[in-house]
Amino acid sequence: MRALTDPILKVQNLTMRFGGLVAVNDLTFTAGRGDITALIGPNGAGKTTVFNCITGFYKPTTGRMALRHGSIDIDAHVERLTDTPNDHVTNAEGSLYLLERMPDFHVSARAKVARTFQNIRLFSGMTVLENLMVAQHNPLMVASNWTIGGLLGFAGFRKREKAAIETAKYWLEKTKLIDRADDPAGDLPYGDQRRLEIARAMCTEPVLLCLDEPAAGLNPRESLELNALLRSIRDDHGTSLLLIEHDMSVVMEISDHVVVLDYGTKISDGTPEQVKSDPKVIAAYLGAEDEAEVEQIEAEVGL
Amino acid sequence: MMMEAPAREPVNFVGLLKDAVFAAAIAFGLFSLMLGLKTDQTLNNQMVLVPRPGLLFTVVGLVFVGRFLIGYWQAINAGKIKKRKAAATPLALKIEKYGTAAFVGFLFVYPMMVLGTAGPSGAIKWIDNFGIQILIYIMLGWGLNIVVGLAGLLDLGYVAFYAVGAYSYALLATSEPVKEFMAGAIGPTFWPLWAFWICLPVAGILAAFWGVLLGFPVLRLRGDYLAIVTLAFGEIIRLVLINWVEFSGGYAGISSIPRPSFFGVPFNATESGFAATFGLEFTPIYRTIFLFYVILILALITAVVSTRLRRLPVGRAWEALREDEIACRSLGINTVNTKLTAFAIGAMFGGFAGAFFAARQGFISPESFVFLESAQILAIVVLGGMGSLLGVVIASILLVGGVELLRELDFLKAYFGDNFDPAQYRMLIFGACMVLMMLWKPRGLISVREPSVFLKEKKAVSSDLVKEGHG
Amino acid sequence: MEVFVQQLINGVTLGAVYGLIAIGYTMVFGIIGMVNFAHGDVFMISAFVALICFMAVTALAGMTGGAVFLALLVALIVSMIVTSLFSWTIERVAYRKLRGSFRLAPLISAIGMSILLMNFVQVAQGARNKPIPPIMRDTIRLFEKDGFVVAISYKQILIILVTALLLGIFWYVVQKTPLGRAQRACEQDQKMAALLGINVDRTIAVTFIMGAALAAVAGTMFLTYYGVVVFSDGFVPGVKAFTAAVLGGIGSLPGAVLGGMLIGLIETFWSAYFSIDYKDVAAFSILAIVLIFMPQGLLGKPEVEKV
Ligand SMILES: Nc1ncnc2c1ncn2[C@@H]1O[C@H](COP(=O)(O)OP(=O)(O)OP(=O)(O)O)[C@@H](O)[C@H]1O
Ligand SMILES: [Mg+2]
Repeated sequence: MRALTDPILKVQNLTMRFGGLVAVNDLTFTAGRGDITALIGPNGAGKTTVFNCITGFYKPTTGRMALRHGSIDIDAHVERLTDTPNDHVTNAEGSLYLLERMPDFHVSARAKVARTFQNIRLFSGMTVLENLMVAQHNPLMVASNWTIGGLLGFAGFRKREKAAIETAKYWLEKTKLIDRADDPAGDLPYGDQRRLEIARAMCTEPVLLCLDEPAAGLNPRESLELNALLRSIRDDHGTSLLLIEHDMSVVMEISDHVVVLDYGTKISDGTPEQVKSDPKVIAAYLGAEDEAEVEQIEAEVGL
Repeated sequence: MMMEAPAREPVNFVGLLKDAVFAAAIAFGLFSLMLGLKTDQTLNNQMVLVPRPGLLFTVVGLVFVGRFLIGYWQAINAGKIKKRKAAATPLALKIEKYGTAAFVGFLFVYPMMVLGTAGPSGAIKWIDNFGIQILIYIMLGWGLNIVVGLAGLLDLGYVAFYAVGAYSYALLATSEPVKEFMAGAIGPTFWPLWAFWICLPVAGILAAFWGVLLGFPVLRLRGDYLAIVTLAFGEIIRLVLINWVEFSGGYAGISSIPRPSFFGVPFNATESGFAATFGLEFTPIYRTIFLFYVILILALITAVVSTRLRRLPVGRAWEALREDEIACRSLGINTVNTKLTAFAIGAMFGGFAGAFFAARQGFISPESFVFLESAQILAIVVLGGMGSLLGVVIASILLVGGVELLRELDFLKAYFGDNFDPAQYRMLIFGACMVLMMLWKPRGLISVREPSVFLKEKKAVSSDLVKEGHG
Repeated sequence: MEVFVQQLINGVTLGAVYGLIAIGYTMVFGIIGMVNFAHGDVFMISAFVALICFMAVTALAGMTGGAVFLALLVALIVSMIVTSLFSWTIERVAYRKLRGSFRLAPLISAIGMSILLMNFVQVAQGARNKPIPPIMRDTIRLFEKDGFVVAISYKQILIILVTALLLGIFWYVVQKTPLGRAQRACEQDQKMAALLGINVDRTIAVTFIMGAALAAVAGTMFLTYYGVVVFSDGFVPGVKAFTAAVLGGIGSLPGAVLGGMLIGLIETFWSAYFSIDYKDVAAFSILAIVLIFMPQGLLGKPEVEKV
């Protein structure tokens, strides 16, 4: 767990209100670089809302989310950056981004945070390969001289496009989708669609990948393959992962760090082992009302 | 594998008759006042009602028979197992590819063919009313296809950009200061001869500029709302053209707009005219043929550019936007800019077509840019099958050519009497066709999507998977 | 001040007409999420039906005060029935099969229907303006100042009273009857409503009929007020009524009436104080501005984008 020694994302006092409903309440946590950080909690705990805040789809009511590239010291710079109107600062050591200040597409394009969605959002009428090409839109756009060079058929663009196809092929092979490359994404079975969404997100070359319930609806074999894929993304690509997952076997198996939410509030934070034995977590999942009941349940499950 | 045909149920004639009687009763209710009685004005301006029982009962009778036949047809087809629509095959793509190529080849020889069969005087109508008219709509359809078909943005005010193009050309070409300036700078004959060729790009750019201007505030809106706002903008532009008389000439419009020259050689009967220069006998057909090729080339440019754009990142982003805007944003695509480029490029082609229209007519007025035109262009795109270039061609021929053909039905007067004017029914039939075609093929005529890039094999995407966009 | 009061009266009258049409747009949009583009032309047809009825009755009974009143009553009732029948047929023929399919298909079908209806009336009844003899010309003088008479005509009183009465009945039906409940259920979730035994097809058909009946009231009032109708009268009032529905918040019934009033007032005041030439430009601009800055309208619920 590198959250303390080498953080990549620091979420501080994040609160999100929808009218009277407090979906996320004063949440503070840190995700370490090269870690798989799991965000768990019962249904409606506010996990997806946290993702939506991080990726810029919702503007949080209050709170700060600092993400860094390179080794820039977050604590040393974040206050100063907050006092400026800017959304990022860059120096020789790296860059620091304030995600809450960025529009959603900048979070992906500049801060390099990619995500998948709880209810899969593929371009279902486009082929699998096209899905991955869309993900490489920004570099390709530059290579096509904002369309003009591409329209005139310049060689530079054609070369860059070939490279983009190679990247796509790499991820298709990694997600075992290469044989379906020319099929419409909407025709794929559910498990394949989930993996395609991950491949598509990886094509944006993120430093932080946020996965919203990637194992939902997978069978046990697919689930195991997914574990291997996520580990490989972490180990071979140096991409840090933030993971929402209900399947505890997946969470306990692959995550380095677990944050538990209940009714929008963080109730536990630590290694999988620490969290597993935290009475508050057990209570939240089993629906206990107060301390006494928690103790009772603990006794029942033999803790 | 052969399926055993299921025993067909006997047709229930009593039920069919009941249905037909019901439909006839409804028709009687609908039409007894609206058709059975005609409001007329007498010579001394008195309103009177003229009963038309014959017409009413004919129509009710037709509805009865029609409903019965439809019901019968449905009944005899009910038992049949509908053949499962074969998965979209590369064949569909081949048809699109070779069909389009064959059609373009045909267009290039079309004027000569008509000239050969109908002679110079008979050919004008066929080249102008059918050829040029349809090509204008094909070009407009291809332009709007970028906005609606690719980017999935529903635009009901496309005619506004057509108007911007037409008025840009008309105003610049007839503007006295410009004429004088050009006469002083280059020579007195320069501007009337070259105005079209110089103003054509200007008209396109101005239309694109208006596209961005109108697009910017509205692109946050979704679906039907976007459609209605674009409709409003289209109407605003038309109403301003009507009311701002000093600027646009109001209802009277702008006339004596210079016609395009053959790159500096005018089409007239003078010494330096086209016919004399090339040693031909003067007839107006040369200009018509030339205009035909101009719009053909313009339309082909539109087609080539939009086909190429589809394979570029921007085009792929348009289609992705149509599929899922939120996913696009999560991939770092600036959706506002992407939508604006679609709007601007679509508008630009509309502007080109508008400039051509003004040059071909020599006269324009706001009457040419009513909402109905927008509806017609949109109907062409949707009926063609969203995103399909060949589909737009087929739909234009069916809708524009078909309606144009109605003008040719004068022989029907022999049956219905001299008061019968088939052209009167043009728009009635047009509206009915729009409804029927949507009922028959809601996804359009060509309903497969061609992938923009492939690894091993190009497979067509069935339209059932393709989304239609929400904005 | 005097001009203001007079324009207020005129604006409310016009607003009543727009409000009645707007309800049809709002209800259909609320229940099946489509802009019923042909609704403006349904309104135009209702005015024609009323015209024909009025002429038929006065041709038989003469133009005395009582006969005119009878003629108007018959025109209103027959127009409501026939127009409802039109709307029902349109829904049955042109929309029902397309429900839930490709989103653009019903819109194109509706535009086609609008063109069809407009040209049907042109072919069937001719392209000329159709006037009725002037009726109910009497006015009540409210007050007079510096020679400027502020008056309300019987026509205006009639329009405002009938509108208020019918809105009341309509309100009762939608709020208090099982029919209204079924409508609201279909609005929320058609599949669920069907599972709970609600006849969705019929509920939607009834929605179209109710919208058309109110449009017929508007059409009859329109004919009475302006004394003339022409086949192309559906488009502009239709778009304005749609604007009213959007302004009030599409899907909201009180919003439609409120929006109609506002549009009627804005239009009359614009014509009175600025330029009558640009009154339609003003209406269309309001539509654009409202949609851009306040797409949920005055009384509508804001739409949240769920990710
Ligand atoms: N856009 C929104 N508007 C209003 N309320 C919202 C919105 N988005 C989420 N909520 C509410 O916030 C709360 C948290 O929702 P969220 O989707 O974050 O839960 P979750 O932890 O992801 O649950 P699940 O495990 O079911 O996915 C819920 O009560 C939800 O209804
Ligand atoms: Mg969730």
